[in-house]
Amino acid sequence: MANPDISTDPSLLPDDDPSRRDVILIGAGAFAAIGGAAVLWPLLDQMNPDASTLSLATTEVDIAPIEEGQAITVMWRGKPIFIRHRTAKEIEEAKEVKVDKLIDPLARNANLPDDAPATDVNRAASDREPWLVMIGICTHLGCIPKGQAVGDYKGEYGGWFCPCHGSQYDTAGRVRVGPAPQNMYIPPYAFASDTKIKIG
Amino acid sequence: MTMTRLAVVAFLLALAIPGSALAEEAANGHGPAIEAQEWSFAPPFGGYNKGQLQRGYRVYKEVCANCHSMRLLSYRNLAEPSGPHFSPKAVETLAAQAQVTDGPDDKGQMFQRPGRPSDAFRSPFANDQAARAANNGALPPDLSVMAKARPGGPDYIYALLTGYHKAPPGFDLTQGMYYNTAFQGYQTAMPNPLVDGVVPYTDGTKPTVDNYAKDVSAFLMWTAEPKLEERHKIGARVMIFLLVFAVIMYLSKRAVWARLHRRDHTHTA
Amino acid sequence: MAHPSTYQPASGIEKWLDARLPFPRVMHDQFLVFPTPRNLNYWWTFGGILTFMLAVQIATGIVLAMHYVPTAEGAFDSVEKIMRDVNWGWLLRYSHAVGASMFFLAVYIHSFRGLYYGSYKAPREVLWILGVVILLLMIATAFMGYSLVWGQMSFWAVTVITNLFSSLDSLIPGLGTTLVEWIWGGFAVGGPTLNRLYALHYLFPFVIAGVVILHIWALHVPGNNNPTGIDVKTERDVIPFHPYYTIKDGFALVLFLLLFAALLFYAPNLLGHADNYIPANPLQTPPHIVPEWYFLPFYAILRAIPNKLFGVIGLLGSIGILVFIPWLDTSRIRSTSYRPIYKWFFWLFVVTCLALGYLGSQAPDGWYLFFGRVFTIYYFAFFLLIMPIVGLIERPKKLPGSITQSVLGPEASRPAGTPAAPSEPVREGVA
Repeated sequence: MANPDISTDPSLLPDDDPSRRDVILIGAGAFAAIGGAAVLWPLLDQMNPDASTLSLATTEVDIAPIEEGQAITVMWRGKPIFIRHRTAKEIEEAKEVKVDKLIDPLARNANLPDDAPATDVNRAASDREPWLVMIGICTHLGCIPKGQAVGDYKGEYGGWFCPCHGSQYDTAGRVRVGPAPQNMYIPPYAFASDTKIKIG
Repeated sequence: MTMTRLAVVAFLLALAIPGSALAEEAANGHGPAIEAQEWSFAPPFGGYNKGQLQRGYRVYKEVCANCHSMRLLSYRNLAEPSGPHFSPKAVETLAAQAQVTDGPDDKGQMFQRPGRPSDAFRSPFANDQAARAANNGALPPDLSVMAKARPGGPDYIYALLTGYHKAPPGFDLTQGMYYNTAFQGYQTAMPNPLVDGVVPYTDGTKPTVDNYAKDVSAFLMWTAEPKLEERHKIGARVMIFLLVFAVIMYLSKRAVWARLHRRDHTHTA
Repeated sequence: MAHPSTYQPASGIEKWLDARLPFPRVMHDQFLVFPTPRNLNYWWTFGGILTFMLAVQIATGIVLAMHYVPTAEGAFDSVEKIMRDVNWGWLLRYSHAVGASMFFLAVYIHSFRGLYYGSYKAPREVLWILGVVILLLMIATAFMGYSLVWGQMSFWAVTVITNLFSSLDSLIPGLGTTLVEWIWGGFAVGGPTLNRLYALHYLFPFVIAGVVILHIWALHVPGNNNPTGIDVKTERDVIPFHPYYTIKDGFALVLFLLLFAALLFYAPNLLGHADNYIPANPLQTPPHIVPEWYFLPFYAILRAIPNKLFGVIGLLGSIGILVFIPWLDTSRIRSTSYRPIYKWFFWLFVVTCLALGYLGSQAPDGWYLFFGRVFTIYYFAFFLLIMPIVGLIERPKKLPGSITQSVLGPEASRPAGTPAAPSEPVREGVA
């Protein structure tokens, strides 16, 4: 079969009103682009966390059964949360540390401004210094540090020890030996009562 | 068929769809005829009435929920703006009024605790077998999507709830069943759940069976189609967009083909 | 594809790619400059619409698959979760469900276009057969997709249709039962069945896409048919696919989308069944098991035939017969526009298909069953008797001299100063 008659090729035909035709074709193109974007957005947004996941964004924990010196781990948004009821000795050791000697001098506390320093006051629960609430994930590559159970090796600083690459945290959850670059993060939380914490 | 006629036909078809959606009939013509009611959500640009949904929820909670589960809904859904739109505080209170099963605890036991907004609606029975045992072997169906699971939807539910009458003479009513003009076979194992005044209304609406039936039917339509208002709203924008787009495309097509037609006429002069 | 490629790679990158994998060249030759008869009417826009709908179904299907749970316990609830909790889930689910109906509407119009204009005749037999293959794959895909909801209709439709295979027991004892239990993965439809239907439902659309590529390839060898049914004779009979048919297909697509949107946003459950909002219950059969509307004609044929095995043969045969149409139709004229006697039988066939569709939705007794049988007989007679016989005895109307002539009229068939014939020999217009 022959090639199409090139006299029908629009680019070779004489034009009466190129500008009007161009306007309408640009309009068509614009509508097609808008329609395409409108269709694309739901296809992408559906992968974002759905309503039921977002509703589980808050967890309540009863801390009454946690004795002094004990710690529990609960799940929040799929992550482990370390809640430790610190002894007086652990609190004192944490307070004695000079913040500017730390590997990471920032508090990493979601309840405080980003630039708050990593003093024990800024790490522990406000007005309830025996209580330490942290996201129990090593800031190096994401392993869960040891130190929650009574028999666990807690590292040289009495806090937590990460078995993956040897990072060590103190009794305020601050990194003292790397390779972890940052202190363990503190999630948004509040005391709903003396015995209940609401996380998230 | 010319392109114009095709476009007109397609357009009219597109308009006819919402019209036919309004005229939902009962099953196949083999069962009772269900009368169509007026609903705020039936028209193409219609939506739910917040007050009606809140009343309907009360009716469900105080009457229906004693036997019928609604496991696809969570208390947090009651706060949806395109639904009953209860305040977050009200939702927390409503959730906490229910005792839900949670666990196992550290001793391995399941326990009861007050509900939270994220919990699913509490079911009256632990499982289907328990439900049957408490209802003479009949299973009260889950109501989450009931308004879509029956031909006639909310019309049918309303007809059912207002269809309890004395059986006509000569009708063979089985022991334990109740005569109902809307139910397939005209008898149902569900006793009449509604009576005037059984649910107190606080917004001035008369607490009659007719209003209960209307309100709970609308509520059940919402539980089945919580996104109806969003769907109608986005639908309107899409239809307008496509109508304008169609006109633009028609003009574009004409503009492109004009060259060919011009070429034909200059050559055949 | 006898003509040489006119693609000129413009930039250095284009030349580099063209020497290694000439994909832009193929796209240019096949979808930009492809010589297309200039007289195609709007019935020809449905091929493009179908390609678009396949893309819509695949895109919405893949994102739905990110949330769907293919177990007997979890399936129904996961669909409801999509409708309620997943961002835009209601839109994606309804698009996919209504999209399936739109897909079938388009494929039936597309097929009837092919029947009416004789697009199945030589040299396009393989094109037609590939189309039947696509239709069969679509039917299988839609059937499996509907089952995934795991509502009452899903479950019982699978039970009824897979049970049809047990009719083979009447041929070889035990064969049917073995086959059916192999399909089910158990002694009845259940979780294992659902899981495998899901796996295959995900696979088949990509098989369809592959066959669609073959279908377009098979089309591009001889080129498109056209409403007159006569072959392209000169350059003047054809125009480049782009921009003429890209814009025309685009316009038709927007109109089609108007209908799609009207259904999707204002009556998404109109074409469905209320029973499928009841979770599947293996212990309770719905009073009326009805397939989706696009299967109703075949369902009517199945139930019209009193014997179980022959009913199944009728069902499969009603689609299988389509393969043989290029050889059953003896007419030397392609387009029904020029076949005055056959035209009546054709439109009666259309009425038959619509009637069978309606009858498929009714209980098969009384007058419904009687007319179901009448129309089933006509359905098969149309292919086995009418097509061979009418083609031989009919006197067709006079065909136009050329495509250009049919568009511009006889006095405009030859432009002043243009040579009378191209250098290639002119092919005859009849099959």
